[in-house]
Amino acid sequence: MSKQHAAKTQAELAALFSAGITTGVGRSVKHESADKHVTGEAVYVDDRLEFPNQLHVYARLSDRAHARILRIDTTPCYAIPGVAIAITSQDVPGELDIGPLVPGDPLLADGKVEYVGQVVLAVAADSLAAAREAAMAAIIEYEDLEPVLDVVDALRKRHFVLDSHQQRIGDAPAALAQAPHRLQGSLHIGGQEHFYLETQISSVMPTEDGGMIVYTSTQNATEVQKLVAEVLGVAMNKVVIDMRRMGGGFGGKETQAAGPACLCAVIACLTGRPTKMRLPRNEDMQMTGKRHPFYVEYDVGFDDDGLLHGIQIELAGNCGYSPDLSNSIVDRAMFHADNAYFLGNATINGHRCKTNTASNTAYRGFGGPQGMLAIEEIMDVIARHLGKDPLAVRTLNYYGQDSRNVTHYHQTVEQNLLPEMTAELAASAEYAERREAIRAFNSANPVLKKGLAMTPVKFGISFTASFLNQAGALIHIYTDGSIHLNHGGTEMGQGLNTKVAQVVAEVFQVEIARIQITATNTEKVPNTSPTAASSGADLNGMAAKNAALTLKQRLVDFLAGQYSVESTAIEFSNGQVRVGEQYLSFEEVVQKAYVGQISLSSTGFYRTPKIFYDRDKAAGHPFYYFAYGLACVEVIVDTLTGEYKMLRADILHDVGASLNPALDIGQVEGAFIQGMGWLTTEELVWSAKGKLLTSGPASYKIPAVADMPLDLRVKLLENRKNPEDTVYHSKAVGEPPFMLGIAAWCAIKDAVASLANYRVQPRIDAPATPERVLWGVEQMHALSKAPTEHA
Amino acid sequence: MIQFLLNRELRSEHALDPNLTVLDYLREHRGKTGTKEGCASGDCGACTVVVGELEGERLRYRTLNSCLTFVASLHGKQLISVEDLKHQGRLHSVQQAMVDCHGSQCGFCTPGFVMSLFALQKNASGQAPDKAQTLEALAGNLCRCTGYRPILDAAAQACQQAQPDHFDQAEAATVEQLKAIAPRTTASLEHNGKHCLLPLTIGELAELYRANPEARLLAGGTDLALEVTQQHRSLPAMIYVGHIAALKRIEVTDDTLVIGAAAPLTDCYTALADDYPDFGELLHRFASLQIRNQGTLGGNIGNASPIGDAPPLLIALGATLVLRQGNRTRRLALEDYFIDYKVTARQEAEFIEAIHVPRPRAGQSLRAYKVSKRLDDDISAVCAAFNLTLVDGVLREARVAFGGMAAIAKRARACEAVLQGAPLGAELIERACAALAHDFTPLSDFRASQAYRLLTAQNLLRKCFLELTAPGVATRVTDYV
Repeated sequence: MSKQHAAKTQAELAALFSAGITTGVGRSVKHESADKHVTGEAVYVDDRLEFPNQLHVYARLSDRAHARILRIDTTPCYAIPGVAIAITSQDVPGELDIGPLVPGDPLLADGKVEYVGQVVLAVAADSLAAAREAAMAAIIEYEDLEPVLDVVDALRKRHFVLDSHQQRIGDAPAALAQAPHRLQGSLHIGGQEHFYLETQISSVMPTEDGGMIVYTSTQNATEVQKLVAEVLGVAMNKVVIDMRRMGGGFGGKETQAAGPACLCAVIACLTGRPTKMRLPRNEDMQMTGKRHPFYVEYDVGFDDDGLLHGIQIELAGNCGYSPDLSNSIVDRAMFHADNAYFLGNATINGHRCKTNTASNTAYRGFGGPQGMLAIEEIMDVIARHLGKDPLAVRTLNYYGQDSRNVTHYHQTVEQNLLPEMTAELAASAEYAERREAIRAFNSANPVLKKGLAMTPVKFGISFTASFLNQAGALIHIYTDGSIHLNHGGTEMGQGLNTKVAQVVAEVFQVEIARIQITATNTEKVPNTSPTAASSGADLNGMAAKNAALTLKQRLVDFLAGQYSVESTAIEFSNGQVRVGEQYLSFEEVVQKAYVGQISLSSTGFYRTPKIFYDRDKAAGHPFYYFAYGLACVEVIVDTLTGEYKMLRADILHDVGASLNPALDIGQVEGAFIQGMGWLTTEELVWSAKGKLLTSGPASYKIPAVADMPLDLRVKLLENRKNPEDTVYHSKAVGEPPFMLGIAAWCAIKDAVASLANYRVQPRIDAPATPERVLWGVEQMHALSKAPTEHA
Repeated sequence: MIQFLLNRELRSEHALDPNLTVLDYLREHRGKTGTKEGCASGDCGACTVVVGELEGERLRYRTLNSCLTFVASLHGKQLISVEDLKHQGRLHSVQQAMVDCHGSQCGFCTPGFVMSLFALQKNASGQAPDKAQTLEALAGNLCRCTGYRPILDAAAQACQQAQPDHFDQAEAATVEQLKAIAPRTTASLEHNGKHCLLPLTIGELAELYRANPEARLLAGGTDLALEVTQQHRSLPAMIYVGHIAALKRIEVTDDTLVIGAAAPLTDCYTALADDYPDFGELLHRFASLQIRNQGTLGGNIGNASPIGDAPPLLIALGATLVLRQGNRTRRLALEDYFIDYKVTARQEAEFIEAIHVPRPRAGQSLRAYKVSKRLDDDISAVCAAFNLTLVDGVLREARVAFGGMAAIAKRARACEAVLQGAPLGAELIERACAALAHDFTPLSDFRASQAYRLLTAQNLLRKCFLELTAPGVATRVTDYV
């Protein structure tokens, strides 16, 4: 293409220059892999050409929730043709534990098992079928121990994986004692299976010097690199992680991808053969952790208007058998126990309960949704008690602009967008009018009842483990003007690579077609943070921007010298560069710079400013900024069966100055539906012995197409750029809209509350399955039969 | 040997394991990795492919779950996978619509959606499908990223802007190709000590089954294949019944619908929905389109699941089975077919030939309800069917049957006894509800508790009463579409 460009006249170049690019920041550019997704050409780990002589791994899982392992005999495994090796914890050459921050997650069970689904041994064979048959042939003898399976039981016994933490502001006990109204209650919040469509998978190839190249579906390349190195007992520089794309992550591949990668690496190390492990869906759901279920107890004091005076909340997270990331997850639940509201005098306690279930892990929102659901339940409880509209109670308690604006962890809330957003959405969604219409509908209809709820989201952006807020990028410009882009983030469908490419395109003022997006690779960008906490574009976009700015500055300096012009006289636009009065194509500039011996490769680095959290004092500024959103959901409920359908959802969400509105709307809608699923049909059920019974899509029901609201109206908040100096003043979008789904849950409860004239909050835990809804209906019927029993 | 078209390429396969699924055939034998495995249980749709079959001089395209389809089922058909849509370097219009509408995020479910949209477009024949048709076409495809809105937009765009594509251009040639490989004799696929036989007539089937009584009958395979993909069992002997035209026939006589046991549920839909709208509504929520395109009414009965959705309705309607063994046939009321959990009255080498469903008579109403956690593609917690004949306010006949309430789909005899011959009224219904507690002691499981099942069963009877006596009252959330 450079030859064609070279042939262009100055006038043609000038015309191109003034046209501007169409794929820069703020444009609804399609996902970089969209064409490959729809044709099946996009390569996921299982689609890679297989290595010759490759082994397939199958893991034998514990069928006990808690037991001592008396004996493992793998001799029978070797009777199956094609079996290469069967390994137990004894065979791991290096470190056995693969806990991400603190130990507690043995790669293979070591003397005891602590949940049904824990990996006890693994077999590698020529085929997956042979590996499975052999793994099931091994003999394991257990001595059962008493399991703890219930989070309340664990809380009462103070059976914790880590210590509790407290955040406090003011004097909650005194405020509660003096409050005009005081209510206590509790709530169970269910967990959630990630249900990424692509199950966990790794494929490894042994390399020389005892090293390993690992193709894996992970959000956390560096951690897999570190853990593979540790289990092999080699330095990190022997291990390469390559990650082009995931078939969904949602937090489920932040720590949980490491297990299969490490098992493959150990087997590849012991056999010298390339090794692949892909989890069947049922095993994936048994083995891997999920969103933490929570048990919540609250004690709230308020006045006649519904204004909070004092509050105490106990948040008990069910962490499963090991710490994993639970410390940060329960912390984030605590950080979001205020959601949008000024709590006043507040004490928030967070507990990390240990149960004999899979170790619960990161999932979109990372504890935040659970903390937020608790306070939204409390808002509804207050509204019912006072006979007020729940939205009125919510807005009354919103954080103020200049006063009433300090959180229970002592960060000041700046730029609270919720009051204006609430006014905008209440108007466009016709909240008040529909509230009236629904009351009329409900009094006219004996069986079907409608419910309406409008709930806000304020979500803190930054890893609360502050050191993780860093990122790197690497850009090469080749002599033909094509650009190679790499960064430490991972693509799981969210469009991160597209956004980062748009950022680089914007800096160089070239179209993104010129930019080749490449697999996340620990050889290119080292020491990456996980792509998590909604931080992908904020961190990696900035790192890539910095790398691009470095290169651009080199080009500008070079041109200024060559053409003896001021650097201010040099401008990039639409693949052209104006140098004084002269126009050059981007390719020409690159070629001249190359000949001029200018380095055309640069790294970029970024760290988030301003943030800190003193855990001892439970105070600080853990979030760089907040992202806001609001959802208004209308539902219709069948009071004879508990079934329901979402009729309409109106959403207004704040992404600052959007990097890509189409991708952002995709995140908002997808997150909303996923959040709605968490609180409605997605129910995890375990047997009395701790076995997950809902271990496949036949029994675990994520939303299907008919579950989306009949009328879905999604808008991004306009003309509100992020006041902080984020990448082009955008805001993170991955997690915040997940919590918009809370409006669906509140709307269902609103419909049920109509049966008791909105004066009692029905006891409907999350998820609000049709069964729970029907019991809520029965509770209301029982009250109306005994009207004096006011709860 | 089996023969089929891999898009346009004729494949003659002599040595495939009869337990091999179409998904593994594509990915592992043909290196076509566009089709994905998300669950291997027919619940997520990531593996959706389209199969073209001859229907006279035309091709009929249907989606199916390749993870639940054994390769032998392809015999004489055309298999189209996602790789086949792009033509001469250009995206197919359904693919372009998905790109234009931002219909993919992680992309893993996308090939399955593309194939469902492709079939929707093909079957819409230039018309924009209504929303219900689109929802039906996509109910069996799970997406965890998008929330579906952009995919619905893509469906609308793809169907509105449908232009003749390379499949249309090649249709005449494809028809000729398929005619050339149309089965003329009983085929068989044998490998690794396993075999699958593919007879063409009921007589041949009866003989083969008598000679191989240990064989498993393969119709849609949507349940049978789970034994291989989920339970990792081997099915060494199968007889595929999908090529027996007489078993797929649906006949409408003056008083009876005669449905061949191997008629796909999709084909049963029209006949049953015309006579019994509630049966149609239930079939819309029965599994997914992919499953209904494969799964058969005979299979839904034959596997004797306590939570199969068709049996309670058929029992309430007084359906009977034609069972055949060798040359001998017998009639059996469906309610007598189910004996206990997965135990039936079927004898060795006996198979269901047809299902006879009485057609509606004056005064008769069938009300049927399916209650599940998720509205679409979910297994019932409770499935209820009330077949009531009301003459001058009196219940002349009451047949009531439930699924999900016992080890088998079963009539509620005590409830029926209360209703039978009584004048319809609220007090009667309450007595009938009380009787249901004598009829059933349901299980608690992960779908629902015992108490919920019983209360819901009673409430469904109350709902039925309301619908019959106060037809203006809205009673179903599924009416909101």
